[in-house]
Formats: sequence, C-alpha cells, structure tokens
Amino acid sequence: MAYLDHAASTPMLPEAVAAVAAVMAQPGNASSLHAAGRQARRTVEESREALAAALGARPSEVLFTGGGTESDNLAVKGIFWARRAADPARRRVLASAVEHHAVLDAVEWLVAHEGAEVTWLEADALGRVHPEVLEAALGDDVALVTVMWANNEVGTVQPVVALAEVAHRFGVPFHTDAVQAVGQLPVDFASSGVDALTLTGHKLGGPLGAGALLLGRDIACTPLLHGGGQERDVRSGTFDTPALAGLAAAATLAVERQPVVARNLAALRDELVRRVLVAVPDAVYNGDPVDRLPGNAHFCFPGCEGDSLLLLLDARGVEVSTGSACSSGVARPSHVLVAMGKDPDAARSSLRFSLGHSSTIDDVDALLDALPSVVERARRVPVR
Amino acid sequence: MRLLAALSGGVDSAVAAALAVDAGHDVTGVHLALSASPAALRSGSRGCCSREDARDAGRVADVLGIAFYVWDLAEQFRADVIEDFVAEYAAGRTPNPCLRCNEKIKFTAVLDRALALGFDGVVTGHHATLSSGVLSRSVDEAKDQSYVLAVLTPEQLASTVLPLGGLRKDEVRALARERGLGVADKADSHDICFIPDGDTAGFLRSALGSAPGPVVDALTGAVVGTHDGAYGFTVGQRRGLALSVPAGDGRPRYVLSVSPVARTVSVGPVEALDVRSLVTGRPVWSSSRPLPLRCSVQLRAHGMVHDCLVTPAAGGAGLAGGWHLALDTPARGVAPGQTAVLYDGPTVLGSATLVSAHP
Repeated sequence: MAYLDHAASTPMLPEAVAAVAAVMAQPGNASSLHAAGRQARRTVEESREALAAALGARPSEVLFTGGGTESDNLAVKGIFWARRAADPARRRVLASAVEHHAVLDAVEWLVAHEGAEVTWLEADALGRVHPEVLEAALGDDVALVTVMWANNEVGTVQPVVALAEVAHRFGVPFHTDAVQAVGQLPVDFASSGVDALTLTGHKLGGPLGAGALLLGRDIACTPLLHGGGQERDVRSGTFDTPALAGLAAAATLAVERQPVVARNLAALRDELVRRVLVAVPDAVYNGDPVDRLPGNAHFCFPGCEGDSLLLLLDARGVEVSTGSACSSGVARPSHVLVAMGKDPDAARSSLRFSLGHSSTIDDVDALLDALPSVVERARRVPVR
Repeated sequence: MRLLAALSGGVDSAVAAALAVDAGHDVTGVHLALSASPAALRSGSRGCCSREDARDAGRVADVLGIAFYVWDLAEQFRADVIEDFVAEYAAGRTPNPCLRCNEKIKFTAVLDRALALGFDGVVTGHHATLSSGVLSRSVDEAKDQSYVLAVLTPEQLASTVLPLGGLRKDEVRALARERGLGVADKADSHDICFIPDGDTAGFLRSALGSAPGPVVDALTGAVVGTHDGAYGFTVGQRRGLALSVPAGDGRPRYVLSVSPVARTVSVGPVEALDVRSLVTGRPVWSSSRPLPLRCSVQLRAHGMVHDCLVTPAAGGAGLAGGWHLALDTPARGVAPGQTAVLYDGPTVLGSATLVSAHP
C-alpha cells in the first residue's frame, strides 16, 4: 500500500500514541478540585505550554478545540460577532476564494443568517492572494480578514505576514487557517503578526479530533459553545486530556523536526513531480512551483476525471485524493481550481499527491508504476 | 470477473453484490447519487438516494469488504430521466421513469463507465433471471422486474449479472440477515424516486404550470367539466375528474385520452377504454425473433399479460421497424408512451414504446 494522502490525515507519531495511551489510563476531569483533577489539569496546562512554545505563542493564547473545523468556525463567527457587537457597521468579511470549506461555509452561513456581507479575495493563477487585492477590499466596515496559511489542495503558500500587516493598517483582525502549514513550514504565531491561527492534530502526527485556535489576548471572540467556560470563557467542554497530551507531543516533535522533514519531503516531492511529468507529458502541475507545501504535488490530467484516476489507483493500492469531497463522498469540481481560473473540466481532472513524515521513495515508485496505465485507462472513460 | 456492483442502499442490491462476491468475482461497489440536493433521511419507504441510502450502501460494502465509491450522476439523471418524464407528460404520453433510468443511467452511463474503467460488467439487484444472455422473469412473480429491464440490448445484457432471479424476496432478506447486512429488513422503495411524496400530479403542475382546458364527453362531444392541466390525467383514470354534467346513462366515466397540446381531456364509458390493436415505435430486441410472431405482451410494470400476434407496423415516418400488436383479449387503459414488452413464456423477447392504441 502506498499512502499519498498525508494532507487528509498523516499517521500518528509513536510518541503521540504513547502520550495519549499514558494519559488515557489516568482518571480525572481537569476541572475537578481533588488530586485526580489536579493531575489532569496539570496535563492540560503542560500540553498548553508545550504547544505554545512550539508555535511561538503564549500559553494564554492557546484555546484547545475539537479540531480545525471548530477552530475555523470559532474564529470566523466569534470574531465577526464580537467586532459587530462593538460597532454595528462592521458587517463585511474578507475571505480568500481558495479557503477550506470550514472557513468558506462558516462565512456563507454568516451571510445567510447574520446579515454579513462577504468580499471574496481573488487568487491568481497560482492560487496566491496578493496584498494589494486585500488592501483594495479593506474598509471601515470590515469585521475580519481570513486567509489560509497554505492551501490544502494545491499547496500554495500565502504571504500571510504581508497580508496581516495590511489588515492591521486598517485596524482589522486577521485569521489564518494553518492546518496544512504546521509541521511542514516554519509557523511562529508571534512573529507572523496574525491575530488568530487554526491548527489541528491529525495533520501533524497527533490524534484526530483535537486542535487549537491560537487567539491573541486582546482579540474579542464570542463563543460558539456555551457551558463551563473552560477555555477563557470562549470555548466550553470538558478537556480531552489524553488527546491534548497527544497533540502537544506531536506538535513539539513536528516543529522540532520541521526543517529536516521539509527538506526531505521537498526532495521526494520534486522527484515525484519530475517523474509524473515524464510519465504523463501533458499533465499540468498546479499551484505555486516555489512557495508551496513541501509535501504537496497537485496535477491536472487532461482528458481524465479525477474520480476515475482515484478508483483505478486505489485498485492498485495507491491512495490519493481528488482534493475535495463532500460528506456524501460526491466529488465536485474544486472551488480552488475554479478560483485559479481553471475550467470545470480541468478542475474535475485533478489529483493531489501529498507526502508526510512516513513517506519514502517506495511510495513514489508505486505511484509511478501504476500511473501511466491508469491515466491511459481513465482517458477511455466517457466524460460526464 | 471484475464486476461493478450498483448499491442503492437497499437489500436487493446488497445481496446481489454479496452473491457476486461469493461466486468469486472481484467486486467494487458504487452508489449512484441521482439527486442534486439529497435529503438527509428517507421519508418512509419512498424515495431513494438520500444520504442515509448512501451510508447504507457504504455499510454494505464495509461488510462485504469491497471498495466503495459514490458516483454523481445527478446531472444525467435530471436530463435523461426527470426532464424526459416531464416532456413525455407534456406531450400527452405516459412514461415509465424506472425503465428510462435503466436504459439511460444504469445500463448506459454506468455500464459504459464500468467497461471503460476495465470492469467486465455490472451486477445489480433487479429481480429477473439472466442466463446465457437470455433475460426472463424472476421466480418471484410479485417482485419480477424483467419488464423494466426489457429496454436492454443483447450487448448490454452480455455485460450484466443478475444474481437474484432465482430467489424470492423473503429468501433475499434471509440471505441479507445471514450475512449481517444491516439493510436486511429495510422497506422496499416504490413509486417514483424523484417524487418522494407520491404526488405526481402536483409534481407535474409545478414543473409545467397550470394549463386549464375542457373535459369533453367522447360520445357526445359535450363539454362536461374543466381541468387544471391535461398532464394531470392518465388514460383509464376515473377518480378526480370533478365532472359538472352527469353522464346520460348514469354510468361512471373514465379518461379515454389526453391532449395536452389541445388542452383537452376526453372521457367515456369503461368499454371505450378497451383496445386490441397497438402500434409501436422502433423496438429493442433482447432475443430477436422473426415476424410474424405469436407471443404475449405486457403493457405496464406488474400489468396483465395478453397473447398477441406481432407483425411489422405499416410503414410510416418514425415507425420504420415498429410493431403492430393484435391482442387476443382487449387491454384496458393503454396510453401512448407506455412500453410494450414481448414475452415467450417467461423469456423477454424485446420492447418498444407505444405510439397509438385502437379498439
């Protein structure tokens, strides 16, 4: 089996598995006042400190959540609500057109149900949002700006530092979905200047269902979840102590190893790209060729449907992604590729190969063994 | 063989796929997403392609240990089945959308795709027997679906596997239970899947708008009522006519014909519904036979069977190659657009769409 879908979920690091298992054996609710509760609380706070240290944040800036989708929803809706409450004129959200659905759909929900307006920040043909585009869209009525750190489909890295600077010149808070970036790129909350940052465990070797929103201490954010107020009164819910221990262990290692992992992944990825373009000369390599996630390779295969390629590769033990799937598993043309100017047929012809900490040259070999005949076969499938 | 199993999320397709696996085939499951905006849940036993059905289909694949994908055919289904259904009604004909779905979606779009992907064929849960390329009725006559498969060509049948033809429905359910398939006791779907509330007239009204016109007594020519849209009526229908003028003889009147273009619905006594002479368009032969031919014909799903003599239809534009069917016993309430399926005993010979029906 060749697993080339690390951007969907990357295997847990053994150290993270061990951390989860160790804490799972311990009783206690971190909010309880007795010894078991104190022990659990200690684990939560040590995890918070470790995560903060790995990402250049203060411990008080770490809000633990149930993962990337919750962090994105909390940032987008919570900051919108708080900013609008302070000044009813702030009703507009600026979001890039290439965001993940967790941001996209949260923004569209605000438009549909909360009287928000949205200006979608256009991306160029490589999927990049230029600071000038953001600057032109900003104004007094903007509640927040949200632009992802790196794109989950095509891997393009956004100029978040420059974008955050522009937003701050207008006094507008800046959120970034860094789910794909942590562990693959250097991510430092304080020096990036962003006000809110989404991350999740299962993209960096930690457990599924555990994530965080790094939120600047002076950024007001209205809660989504009400209850015990465990996280700064912004997020409620009993702490998932084992998962948070695993998240902290994984994030610590992922950040520590990031320079080496990134260099190795980029070399492996470049080899993959070179060989794909030899095997399928008319394949189109998408995204920014330089400023991209080191583990990401994304192509369009003209005359093929991504669905067909996925099925045929799956039958040969090669696991890849078309880059976007909805809950019922129905593939739609990727909004990211459409935003980059691809026509719907090209957008349907795409495949994402994503590498991670456990990838080896064997995975690339397995892909290239299968790919030529798979592409040839997929070209015979009638296009819908 | 490498087979693609179409998994609807129901018990029949689940057991068909299971039997294909048991027979040693390399099976891959697909669920066809046919609705652009699937409901989250099924409503009763009606409807299909809800998210719940997609999940049920995926769980069947899990239990069988086969790969599983969802194919989005909503656009083709809309164009080839739903729009066809509306257009046929608008033209005064009475189509069978399940038959059209088999013809255009399951055994064209899906089969073509399967063959192109390198599969040897498709396996479905239809209740019909297919042996050496010959299609015939299921042993379970109440569940027999050979009628809606009679639109398939010999080439399509050659790439099709129907494992359920020798099983009764209760046996199918028992096999599902034996295998731990969660859909073993799931209710059958019925009616038209894209009209989940069963209100066909309401669906057509919203698709075609209001088109009021007269209801005419076919014997006297008198206007005996009005209607809101001729497409809301089916030949043979008695209820819902709301006639303002009672029949002279006091007997119930039935819809004899509908003409949406002229916006006219004609009504008359029950015996005027009887037809013995039918003309069809171009046929599809499942098992070709020379004409003239004595055989039997079925005119609707689960309808009566009539012995008949099949001869070539008198030549005419659009009818080249059509059949003329002379029925031994009259058929009642036959409308253009219905499909005539010829049988030799249990064996399907072929099908054709009715163009006209005469006494």
